Amino acid sequence: MSKNDVTDIKSHVKVYMLVFAALAVLTIVTVSVSYLDLSTSEAVFLALIIASIKGSLVASYFMHLISEKALISWILILTAVFFFTLMFLPILSFYDWVD
Amino acid sequence: MAHISETHHDEPFIRKYIFSIDHKIIGLQYGITSLVFLFFGFCLMLIMRWQLAYPEQAVPIVGGLLGEGGILLPEIYNSLGAMHGTVMIFLGVVPLAVGALGNYFVPLQIGAPDMAFPKLNMMSYWSYLVGGIIMIASFFAPGGAANSGWTSYPPLADIATIGQTIWLLGMVFLITSSLLGSINFITTIIQLRAPGLSWMRLPFFVWGQFVTAFLLVLAFPPLEAAAVLQLMDRVAGTSFFLPSGLVISGEMLDVSGGGSPLLWQHLFWFLAHPEVYVLILPAMGIVAEVIANNTRKPIWGYRSIVFAAAFLGFMSFIVWAHHMYLTGMGNAMSMFFQTTTMIISIPSVIILSAFFISLWGGSIRFNSPMLFAIAFLPMFGIGGLTGLPLGLGASDIHLHDTYYVIGHFHYVVAPGTIFALFAGIYYWFPKMTGRKMNETLGKLHFWPSLIFMNGVFMPMFIQGLAGISRRLWDGGLEYAHASNVLQWNEFMSISAWLLGLAQIPFIINVFMSLRNGEKAGKNPWGSTTLEWSAPSPPLPHKNFEKIPEVHRDPYEYSVPGRKRDYTPQTEPQKG
Amino acid sequence: MEIPYTVDERPDTGLYNSKIGIWLFLASEVMLFGGLFSAYVFLRLGAPAGAFQEWGQELNIPLATLNTLILISSSVTMVMSWASLKMNDFKKYKLYMGLTLLCAFGFLIIKYFEYSAKFSHHIYPSTNTFMAIYFTLTGLHMLHVIGGIIVIGYFFGPGAKMWKTGPKHFANRIEIAGLYWHFVDLVWIFLFPVLYLL
Repeated sequence: MSKNDVTDIKSHVKVYMLVFAALAVLTIVTVSVSYLDLSTSEAVFLALIIASIKGSLVASYFMHLISEKALISWILILTAVFFFTLMFLPILSFYDWVD
Repeated sequence: MAHISETHHDEPFIRKYIFSIDHKIIGLQYGITSLVFLFFGFCLMLIMRWQLAYPEQAVPIVGGLLGEGGILLPEIYNSLGAMHGTVMIFLGVVPLAVGALGNYFVPLQIGAPDMAFPKLNMMSYWSYLVGGIIMIASFFAPGGAANSGWTSYPPLADIATIGQTIWLLGMVFLITSSLLGSINFITTIIQLRAPGLSWMRLPFFVWGQFVTAFLLVLAFPPLEAAAVLQLMDRVAGTSFFLPSGLVISGEMLDVSGGGSPLLWQHLFWFLAHPEVYVLILPAMGIVAEVIANNTRKPIWGYRSIVFAAAFLGFMSFIVWAHHMYLTGMGNAMSMFFQTTTMIISIPSVIILSAFFISLWGGSIRFNSPMLFAIAFLPMFGIGGLTGLPLGLGASDIHLHDTYYVIGHFHYVVAPGTIFALFAGIYYWFPKMTGRKMNETLGKLHFWPSLIFMNGVFMPMFIQGLAGISRRLWDGGLEYAHASNVLQWNEFMSISAWLLGLAQIPFIINVFMSLRNGEKAGKNPWGSTTLEWSAPSPPLPHKNFEKIPEVHRDPYEYSVPGRKRDYTPQTEPQKG
Repeated sequence: MEIPYTVDERPDTGLYNSKIGIWLFLASEVMLFGGLFSAYVFLRLGAPAGAFQEWGQELNIPLATLNTLILISSSVTMVMSWASLKMNDFKKYKLYMGLTLLCAFGFLIIKYFEYSAKFSHHIYPSTNTFMAIYFTLTGLHMLHVIGGIIVIGYFFGPGAKMWKTGPKHFANRIEIAGLYWHFVDLVWIFLFPVLYLL
């Protein structure tokens, strides 16, 4: 294990702590926001945005995606495309209905 | 570094053959198991076809197991139907195409000593076997096996007998097996390609398996989720798929309601549509290998078919609701799915056309593998073309859930994929066993199979167009509008039984050739791809004496100016 | 014969085998939970207006918030245990793995209290479609937590031997286990607001 690796990791540790703090804060934020009087779509939008930020932090820094090889990112992008297809197309079927 | 026992011959029997982590042994395990399941699924159909040909007459031989006086009861007919589909797709074709031929030959074709995760490979097989045993065991449950179609639509599947719960549990094991396997295939193909084997030098079989693995890894989980939901409905009393106010046999069901049968359909077809491309891509891969080898020419349009396969895989995720046109969807949904469905026919046509064009000007050797590979082309063509009126909403209104659909998908899978799998078996048998299969028996297998496949499935289009629904125990007997096409039932059934007899030369051939087949060296077919530079059979655990180095494209046949009409991928470029 | 690139990275992809393997597995898990989230949306749209919000009142937000913080902490301790290995500090590795396990068990204990409170009030998956999807989503997530505990427990205990025989291989395995564990955390990060707050 070279000296460079160790100093590298030490700077990573700083990042991990910052991310931890951010996640904790965002958790409080998302709970607080839920007590505001918002319409359903506003509440959903806000909750998903905050969750996405938290999720991105976990993925990028804890899971090292931010410095990961492109191949992995491409696999995940492909997955995301199909994930959103699965989420949105059945919903469309709810609104696009033959009465 | 993962360590595999070098002293293979010291391994106890159980480690060497039962819990082997050698992809070749695992491939053979998958192969034998899947062929047994294919035979079983075939027999289920033979019984069904008796009832269709001779309604309410006692079924010979197995009649005693089936109902009063040996006459097939409708519920049992439905079990046979649901299990025929399930067994053929999940226990037969995919394990043979991917688990057997894929597992055996992908590492060899990329010059690898084994799969990336050999122990995971072993677990995939055992998960498959356990799932298969659970599925078959369901026949012995009170009320019999699952009988709500292989599609298990609720509400019917939610309230069906316990065989359905067992079906769901079996599916969880089978899906797990597929997921683990597909992770293995993708990682192996990315990471273990031999030096010099770039992506565009891969045999098309490997490309087919690569795309297939992506379909499996991303499309199966929603079905696993749906299976969990249906299990919850059946066991925990939830109403994921049960709408409010559902009345069964005059009584309101005592559940919370609020669920939707359509939710199941979306989640099911999200997998089941890509699944059909799982069924066809490995087959197309095999056909490419066999055609190139037996025309002594490269495949025409290699780059095009590679991109077509990738595009096909991608599109397969966004066409699923063409199975749901009759669920009351509006114009937007219907237009979207019709459009994507029409678009997805394009890559299939590109691949099929490339194969046809590849025959032009070739020095064709009409051996057994090639006969099956050539027959694949028009058979898959018929299957694909008959899919078009199903993919268009307007015509699908008339054809949905009729025998036309059954004809369509069987053409693609039976004289389509299964023929390609036979081609693969005849082609690769010498590599796996060191012996060639008998050519005469091969032709005796091929010609009647081709004729009777068409005998079984062609009349289905006629019956479907006349309006006979699928999954009818009496084959349309009660329908006045079907009376003039009913006579086809007996014709199709006799074709089916003769099709069964036509497989006997194949079974004999396999056993006979294992013992007395003509000895084959490393490369009896004069082929270019890497598996043929390993011994026949390849070395336990390491395949090659030395990891090969690749210097060429996969199909360098009949290159002008060379002495031999083929150049293996391992041969160095001169100068 | 050894399988290449099990420990060292393949030069052109820059990855070792199990890194690709675990990400593919996580991709499949995204689709699995995606299927269930899709079911949630479908069921919510199909329920009477405001029904899901009303039925959701039964849930305990403070407990779930605590659980969220616990799981986030366990993610930090998990990545720290890998970092400790990379810094050659086996003792710290053990400490952080132990803390991760503690957090994981804490999560389970709180879930136990949540579930038993529901059951004692006769609220079951069969009660309504919200509870059905709530129990299924959190139940499946819980099974994944248990799976994680088994894996992490193994590497904390008997599996730690490999540090002596193959340190880089071992560090890779901890990285892989960590990726799985972070994913479990990630799922909860979405589960929590969707089920408890919306």
